[in-house]
Amino acid sequence: MSAEAGTTGARQSRLSRALLYALLIVFAVYYLLPLFVMLVNSVKPLSEIRGGNMLALPHEFTTAPWKSAWNEAQIGVSATGLAPYFINSILMVVPAVAISLIVGALNGYVLTKWRFPGANVVFSLLLLSCFIPFQIVLIPMARILGIIGLAGSISGLVLVHVVYGIGFTTLFFRNYYEAFPTELIRAAQIDGAGFWRIFTRILLPSSGPIVVVTIIWQFTNIWNDFLFGASFSGFDSMPMTVALNNLVSSSTGVKEYNVHFAGAIIAALPTLVVYIVSGRYFVRGLMAGAVKG
Amino acid sequence: MAFLEIVDLEKSFGNVRVLKGINLEVEEGDFLVLVGPSGCGKSTLLNTIAGLEPISGGEIRINGRVVNDLAPAKRDIAMVFQSYALYPNMTVAGNIAFGMEMRGIPKAERDRKVAEVAKMLQIDHLLDRRPSRLSGGQRQRVAMGRALVRDPQVFLFDEPLSNLDAKLRVEMRTEIKRLHSSMGTTIVYVTHDQVEAMTLATKIAVLKDGVLQQFGTPDEVYNDPANIFVADFMGSPAMNLIPARVDAGAAEPMLVLDRGSEEPLRLPLNGAAPKLANAVGGDIFFGIRPEALTDPDSADRTASHVAHGECTIEVVEPTGSDTFAITRLGGKPVVARLRADARVRAGEPMRLAFNLDKTVFFDAKTEQRIA
Repeated sequence: MSAEAGTTGARQSRLSRALLYALLIVFAVYYLLPLFVMLVNSVKPLSEIRGGNMLALPHEFTTAPWKSAWNEAQIGVSATGLAPYFINSILMVVPAVAISLIVGALNGYVLTKWRFPGANVVFSLLLLSCFIPFQIVLIPMARILGIIGLAGSISGLVLVHVVYGIGFTTLFFRNYYEAFPTELIRAAQIDGAGFWRIFTRILLPSSGPIVVVTIIWQFTNIWNDFLFGASFSGFDSMPMTVALNNLVSSSTGVKEYNVHFAGAIIAALPTLVVYIVSGRYFVRGLMAGAVKG
Repeated sequence: MAFLEIVDLEKSFGNVRVLKGINLEVEEGDFLVLVGPSGCGKSTLLNTIAGLEPISGGEIRINGRVVNDLAPAKRDIAMVFQSYALYPNMTVAGNIAFGMEMRGIPKAERDRKVAEVAKMLQIDHLLDRRPSRLSGGQRQRVAMGRALVRDPQVFLFDEPLSNLDAKLRVEMRTEIKRLHSSMGTTIVYVTHDQVEAMTLATKIAVLKDGVLQQFGTPDEVYNDPANIFVADFMGSPAMNLIPARVDAGAAEPMLVLDRGSEEPLRLPLNGAAPKLANAVGGDIFFGIRPEALTDPDSADRTASHVAHGECTIEVVEPTGSDTFAITRLGGKPVVARLRADARVRAGEPMRLAFNLDKTVFFDAKTEQRIA
């Protein structure tokens, strides 16, 4: 009797498990399909794409579209491919992430461990900057970049992204350091460590998870940004996203879909790499602040 | 001149006065315990000595030097925190050596001192571990090692044993006492546990609401409490504080204790009589510790005055080593500490011996000691 009940129970659970997996596979396919389409079509000759079926595997495998997208395709007025703009994006994103991360960490450190009168007001104002829509600052920012002589340069873009990023990075670090035991800071003070030594020797070495979270967040946001890139860059300082747009939406000649797909994948690759390398810390970092409380 | 002097110390957080004019003096080698209920300001007082909290008024002197405005690192102190505050990213050796590293002591000497302290605390086999891989007791030892290696003028302990389990707490307590007697360094120790205070201290400061209630040796604080708060706070089980009256009496003033429906219990006052002359007819609190209220056979034979009274026992609590009998006097439960094998049964009357050498009297209104 009980054994029978056991087997029906087991059968039921196996059935629901199968259903669950089927559902998960459907979702996985649904999410992976665009990537599949892009990958498949980026290695087909253009004639095959024109022939119809976007989902078909390539009959004739070619890497030409990738080469073209990287350093041959016409972007704007010159046929340079995406390579120089890829470099631009790297030159923009690395300092922007690094500076906003360091400033955010320092802000968080001061706002939690060296509290001063009005610290909460300062934090609220910084937080507010997270909610200012990009469009509002476009014109004032263009004016300021013009005045300080950074208009149309990569340095100007770095500045814009740092300014916009500090609100978020401060929020991340403040909340992380809020849960960091203040007794440790006091112990270090008694041991003779000052402001910077406490920061570099005690706090930063314990900040791994939140640093990773901040890097992922800032990197993807800055890399994927189009509006600031389109508004504040010149011909030579265009980031990847703007160049990709110029590649895809050029109104002359034949639409080379295979090249466009390849270009889009190249543009998305760095963020993908950042996620794959550090994604597991991302979840852990988001949880760490929550449970320590 | 005392070694550690605290003069009229004031500390306010905004409008809240946390420490209200504290005065303390301890000699070199003293073990000062700051004790009091939570929120009494004892940890704040310790933090001001450490320099972690700026003071609002008064003066702190260590070995004759005013340290009011000195940074914690410059005060020649070391501190053990309640949470141990071990640096999670460093090994045990790194934790112990960090302070020396900050002061620029060469690596070779650091290593030598770390090894020396680790051996003394029996943590030499743990030096390469991270704090997260240590047990509570081991962390406690590392925290003490970090303080010891500094060889400071004053050690500060902020409830160092409160995160340990009961057994380990007793062990570490003994160990701290042993360390103190072998090194002879001045210690300031915060706890809310009055047993810890009694066992460790050479001087106890009892605080309440930022006011120093009493400052003295454990014996003074225990046997001659300055007021009802101190009498009630120190000792476990607590001192019996019985509402009572002083009666002019026929020959001499008598102490009158209400016994409910029965005839009130009248006890002679003896030595305390002159001091209580003003209290005749008024309400007072009569304080007697459970061990001074016992069965006639175990009454202290060296006591000069022992009075006896018949009391109805309400509850009997055997603990193995002693038996506590609870009666009712002045409308309040009163605990007597009897021999373990005393013949006593709940609901029956029993003759109790009051050791009158060990009694104290408090004014019912001011709660201050009057005799």
